[in-house]
Amino acid sequence: MTHSLAVTVLGHDRPGIIADVTGVLAGLGGNLEDSSMTLLRGHFAWTLVVAVAADASVVSDRLAHLMAEGLVVSVLPLPDDDATAPEGSAWLLSVHGADRPGIVSGLTRLVAEAGGTITDLTTRLGTGIYLLVAEVSLPRETDVEALSARIAAAAEGLGVRATLTPAESDVL
Amino acid sequence: MPLLDGRIVMPPLPEGRVLPVITAPADVLSTACVEVDPAAPDVVQLAADLIVTQRVSPGCVGLAANQVGIGWRVFSLDVTHHPKARTTHGEYVLVNARIESSSRNEKSREGCMSVPDFTGDVKRASRIVVRGFLPVTGEEVVLEADAFEARALQHELDHLDGFVFLDRVAGAHAVYPRQTYL
Ligand SMILES: [Zn+2]
Repeated sequence: MTHSLAVTVLGHDRPGIIADVTGVLAGLGGNLEDSSMTLLRGHFAWTLVVAVAADASVVSDRLAHLMAEGLVVSVLPLPDDDATAPEGSAWLLSVHGADRPGIVSGLTRLVAEAGGTITDLTTRLGTGIYLLVAEVSLPRETDVEALSARIAAAAEGLGVRATLTPAESDVL
Repeated sequence: MPLLDGRIVMPPLPEGRVLPVITAPADVLSTACVEVDPAAPDVVQLAADLIVTQRVSPGCVGLAANQVGIGWRVFSLDVTHHPKARTTHGEYVLVNARIESSSRNEKSREGCMSVPDFTGDVKRASRIVVRGFLPVTGEEVVLEADAFEARALQHELDHLDGFVFLDRVAGAHAVYPRQTYL
């Protein structure tokens, strides 16, 4: 019986981290499912879900050599209940402006209050500019115009520009 | 040119059959399709089948022959009622079609009946000229398409070259799980 584990790997980037981690998981008969990796201010940051028979502690032990070199590795069991994709309409929230506290919390709170969920998120701090791009799934009955207006008003209060645009895909 | 009021005038086709749509991974989807004789009875029947299969598939605006498991250079298209369409040449099937020229790139999010789990952002030309041939008569068609019709044509012609949109996604974070719509 396999179960799902969430593995996170964070730290100083070097060539071969992904090959090393997946090599360990493959050696345990694990199947790498979804994962997302990026560099966060230059730090390697990877979150992945693996289906594997081995216990979290076993996986953790096999990854110990990575921790020894300074990477932060966590291995945690995920609940068995089937995660479902959100149902609703797809939107893209993009925000940019001068950095200040409260941009992400202020704007994502409005999405949450509308019953929306964020399905993908990137935030970046540049030189003097802060950027947020979020994939948002809104319930079908959402008054998007009203939500857009609330977001625009909040953005104005934060001194940033926020736009909510449709991100529906076309089946071809 | 078999055009009437900007729409392609299709020769009469036999009764079409609804065919099952193949989903990736499948060899037939990643293999380039071969050119065929537009007048051959099997090709004419395929043209009819593509149109009927496209009509019964919700939201489907185009279908390539290899999506129904046949490796011939034939596709159907109909963007007539799509809100993002500007040029619309009606409901048609082209055989042995190729892109003559293309310009202006735009990025947009695509899905595909053959890749039901994902959508992805793909950059494509928003103006193209396509040359192809009608089934039955083999009459040559040269059509200029823009906006959504241009995108749909490139998506179908990509299929015929053995590519799906996943081969063209705009970046590592430009592919998404397909949401289920109520
Ligand atoms: Zn397709």
